[in-house]
Amino acid sequence: MPTADEVKARIESGIPGAEADVTSDDNVHFSARVVAAEFAGLNLVEQHRLVYAIFEDGELGGSIHALALTTETQ
Amino acid sequence: MTDQPENPLREALADAIASNEVILFMKGSPEQPMCGFSARTCAALTATETEFAAVDVLADPRIRQELSSISNWPTIPQLFVRGELVGGADIVGQMYESGELAAVLGAPATAGSEPLPETTEPGSAPPLQIENRLG
Repeated sequence: MPTADEVKARIESGIPGAEADVTSDDNVHFSARVVAAEFAGLNLVEQHRLVYAIFEDGELGGSIHALALTTETQ
Repeated sequence: MTDQPENPLREALADAIASNEVILFMKGSPEQPMCGFSARTCAALTATETEFAAVDVLADPRIRQELSSISNWPTIPQLFVRGELVGGADIVGQMYESGELAAVLGAPATAGSEPLPETTEPGSAPPLQIENRLG
């Protein structure tokens, strides 16, 4: 099971320059707030897709049962 | 060449998205959501007094698989308005809070000013069944 720190590291390495605050009580359900300049000019769906794309097929809904996501440009 | 579509389930999903102005793919039904994210998304739609079609993806695991291929979106729920993916639970919640959801749905703008109820009111529209035509 991934830890919140591992999920944070993956998001930050997947989106260069991004800062992620990730919390989890159980290492299955995660909550992430991601701030990245790369989100500028993208709508929310596109911003979330960038984050989702970091994870492998089946990982979201699988080992990461839930990832509540908030994205911001700054 | 044949009249039989190559992927009838995917075509049924695409058709449902195209032919319903507001359609929510969720776990469970609006009356009985099977997941907190689906429940919250239903609550936001109900609070904006929007009628919506709902599809239970738990009816067949292939629905979720095909839906995600169509939408390029890995998680459930997924809300479509006029054929466009609006987002999942987080985006719908965020748009509800900002009043943007009401604007997208064409609902009265005041709808976003009240906090979301904990549970959904039953039935703004009967659940839509996507038939499993592959089996």
